[in-house]
Amino acid sequence: MIAWQEEGVLLSVRKHGESSAIVEAFTRSHGRHAGVVRGGGGRRMAPLLQPGGQLSFSWRARLEDHLGAFTIEPVRSRSAHFADPLALAGLSAVTSLLAFALPEREPHPGLYTRSVALLDMLGDEDVWPLAYLVFEMALLEELGFGLDLSRCTLSGDRENLAFVSPRTGRAVSREAAGDWADRLLPLPPCLLGQGPATAGELLDGLRLTGHFLDTRLAPALGDRPIPGARTRLVERMRRRF
Amino acid sequence: MSDAATDIDDLIALMARLPGLGPRSARRAVLHLVKKRSILMKPLAEQMGRVAATARECTLCGNISGTELCAICASEARANGELCVVEDVSDLWAMERSGIFKGRYHVLGGTLSALDAVGPDELRIPRLVARLAPEGVREVILALGATVDGQTTAHYIAEQIEPHGIELTSLAQGVPIGGELDYLDDGTITAALNARRAF
Repeated sequence: MIAWQEEGVLLSVRKHGESSAIVEAFTRSHGRHAGVVRGGGGRRMAPLLQPGGQLSFSWRARLEDHLGAFTIEPVRSRSAHFADPLALAGLSAVTSLLAFALPEREPHPGLYTRSVALLDMLGDEDVWPLAYLVFEMALLEELGFGLDLSRCTLSGDRENLAFVSPRTGRAVSREAAGDWADRLLPLPPCLLGQGPATAGELLDGLRLTGHFLDTRLAPALGDRPIPGARTRLVERMRRRF
Repeated sequence: MSDAATDIDDLIALMARLPGLGPRSARRAVLHLVKKRSILMKPLAEQMGRVAATARECTLCGNISGTELCAICASEARANGELCVVEDVSDLWAMERSGIFKGRYHVLGGTLSALDAVGPDELRIPRLVARLAPEGVREVILALGATVDGQTTAHYIAEQIEPHGIELTSLAQGVPIGGELDYLDDGTITAALNARRAF
């Protein structure tokens, strides 16, 4: 019998048969991991089985490659965010992007830490939108599509980086961009750690990460479209800010 | 094996596909039907045939009915300016069982779901917005589940309805009848505390 126990974030729940559910968890040591929750399709467990919830997962299976079964215990609920449309859109975007993009059973401890921190700060509207943008950058990085914002790809300059090439994902300085600037993606200063993010910078940043999610990540995952929850979050941010 | 036995097996297999029934309980139900052939099985078969021929979605609210407009939408008494938005027909029936709501309903046919790729276009949200002015709706009551998908849908609908200047309310969330605090999850306790009122 193989077994482990670890705290994690619930990513998704799908009914399985009459009374069970197949859930996907994201944990520090086991990454995105699926398992059956007996009774998970019933009303008693419904409050626990909400995406974004922090739970303690105990997984058991006879063999390592079996789907296995989870038993779960609550750690903390994030249902307080249900009343805030922007925070709820953020919660849905984080969980659905992780469920969409992460390979199964591959640990991503850095991304896990960042995801939990982001989910915990969803109530604070002054900080979480930037943290969400940084989360998307980290997701691209973890999956091998990271952007190189360290220097200008044309001149090698480290100053005045203002654009990103939509083809290579590398930074371009304002001077080197010249007449090509309108064909490049704006690089918001907040992604270079320069001051707090303005609303315009956040939206530029999301346009930047959205481009690489659409053109790099999605094709690598079988050309499935990026989850609609992410699109709805960006639309909601655009209206709010 | 005789034809009759095959037919019975086919019936058991069909019954076992119903929610709440497995092969064993389906077998028990079929055996009961066969034993009560004249008083239960034949009327049931006839009634199922009639419902299969006539049941349809109400063109206005999405309720299941035998006519183009369901009894609730056809009743002038229910046109009191209150419109209750529910996820599914079973939710509408649950509300009707309580007997407390005297307005009309709108069945969405699901909720927005990132996992199942259900977007606004797959739901009956445009039809909801189209009903507001012609029916003189004063208040829209969002009676959707307290789940991530349910509340995401509620916020989306609120955004669609806001420009129409109609009052928007939602069902309260908190301690259920017979509920004890010790057994409630912390999300429910938070919602209940936030929605506290003068006693």
